[in-house]
Amino acid sequence: MNVLVCVKRVAMVGSRIVLTADEREVDVRQLGFTMSPHEECAVEEAIRIVEHHGGIVTVMTLGPSEASEQLRDAASLGATRLVHLVSDGREWDPVATAEAIVSAVWSLEAGSGSFDLILFGNEAADSGDYQVGVRVAQALGRPSVSGVKRLEVGEHALEARREYRGGEELYEISLPCVIAVKEGINLPRYPSLPGRMRAKKVIVEEIPVEWREGSLRTVKLRVPEERHDRAEVLGVGVDGVGALVALFEQWGILA
Amino acid sequence: MSVVRSQTLSEIARGGVLCFVERDDDGLADVSLRALTLARGLCGAVGRTLVAAVMGELGASETQTLSQFGVGDAYQVVFDDLDAYSPSAWATALLDLAEMLGSDALVAAGSDRGQEIMAHVGARTGLPMAANCLAASWIDSRSVQLSRQRWGGSLVEDAILEGVPALLTVASDGVLAEVSPSPTPTIIRTHRSAPSDLDRRVVVSQWINRGGGVSLADARVVVGGGRGVGSEEGFGALDELAALLGAAVGVSRAVTSAGWRPHAQQVGQTGTKISPELYLACGISGATQHLAGCRSAKHVVTINTDADAPFLSRADYALVGDLGVIIPALSEAIRSRRKT
Repeated sequence: MNVLVCVKRVAMVGSRIVLTADEREVDVRQLGFTMSPHEECAVEEAIRIVEHHGGIVTVMTLGPSEASEQLRDAASLGATRLVHLVSDGREWDPVATAEAIVSAVWSLEAGSGSFDLILFGNEAADSGDYQVGVRVAQALGRPSVSGVKRLEVGEHALEARREYRGGEELYEISLPCVIAVKEGINLPRYPSLPGRMRAKKVIVEEIPVEWREGSLRTVKLRVPEERHDRAEVLGVGVDGVGALVALFEQWGILA
Repeated sequence: MSVVRSQTLSEIARGGVLCFVERDDDGLADVSLRALTLARGLCGAVGRTLVAAVMGELGASETQTLSQFGVGDAYQVVFDDLDAYSPSAWATALLDLAEMLGSDALVAAGSDRGQEIMAHVGARTGLPMAANCLAASWIDSRSVQLSRQRWGGSLVEDAILEGVPALLTVASDGVLAEVSPSPTPTIIRTHRSAPSDLDRRVVVSQWINRGGGVSLADARVVVGGGRGVGSEEGFGALDELAALLGAAVGVSRAVTSAGWRPHAQQVGQTGTKISPELYLACGISGATQHLAGCRSAKHVVTINTDADAPFLSRADYALVGDLGVIIPALSEAIRSRRKT
């Protein structure tokens, strides 16, 4: 099984997001980075599939030079091949992102055979575009499903499930295909020490890519107007319990 | 593609805003009413028609709701030999409708299906698509000024979208459903669609009902637990309190990452979005990842050992102290209140 996973480097924003002075980006100077949560699960899923069926997990990212850190994280978990579409750090719109990925897929497949499965996270944590996987699938002429929370991969087809209104929808799709997964599909493993050592030695294949202006253009970012005043402290320890029960009554919670 | 024979293309107003409307057990889905509200705003002063597309036949009360929301034309989409959801087939039908109508914009809810179908429409046409919009208005006939959620709604992006039709999905927790000040009689039309073999590659083959218990997304009361609960066993007291309140249990990402609770209970950006009357968050610090999932809660109370936790600036009320003491005391107080 030849599996490709596409991941994006995103900041770990913690409890409060701070913007740069020009209000066009998140101020990341004090922040660590990770791959988007759904994508951590996509990497884990790919590794499990290959552990079961044999094959290769390739992990690809489009991002600044620092994004090789996220590729090495994936390698420390078991990814075998790392591909970095190196950008100048500007933000790419989803149409341009998908196009760059598609070109890279064509060139990788020309060299080492078709990917049976391409995995994406359902949406990136930062931009939340919900579309790159579908655009890539369309360009490659392959079927796709988004929002997948369970995968069972066979030799020529897979079963995908996703949640819908308190139940699950089942899809049966032939390979090759494109699947966008959601967190919860698995519980990602932690890297082992030997995994980390091995990851340092994996070669990152770099492909330069050129940014272009998209048709969805950011004017500025802002923190939404939400209340930030302090909560009224009803009490310390059990002192506030009586007041809280009274509020529950007032709100009709105990009815 | 065909239209009911009794109408000709010339009878149908060109332009307009086409909104994909989803349904649930109670009729038109609330997320779609929110989408209709934003779409109606895009019809604007020039009097574009608000057009709804619904999969299957409309009931009388659904039609009435569409009227209240200002829908002029409603298309019931009927598929040849396809009963289940198929993202590609549904996108084809919407795209055919949009082309036939010359729609200026195509709008859907920011639901799983809405995002997926609009992504297909974007992929098929090469047009840009803006997800989770909060507001949108025309700059000129080709571009829309919009604001949309990023980071699960922890940030708002003001952006410009260029392309016709403009493709937008609407944030499910950022726009309120508001009926039109001037309700419109809704004309029902039927659009037949014949899905291609390509469309049929991805179709729901089975629906598995999980049922049981209070659904987190719809729960009236949610009792939340975070890292501060301390352990898997620590959730016993929370479960007991939730049972007393008829509440669903929700947890933070730290809890599911630790394996204490299943991901189905996770509230947040990558979990479930909740909109209860009361969210009682226990031992949750208040990371943006979590707050992105509870923005629609009406009353928020936090119980936390740390009086400086970020959650205290988002909650209405707080109890500060040891969860292991406060939660059993709260359960006991509720029991004794009920006895009297």
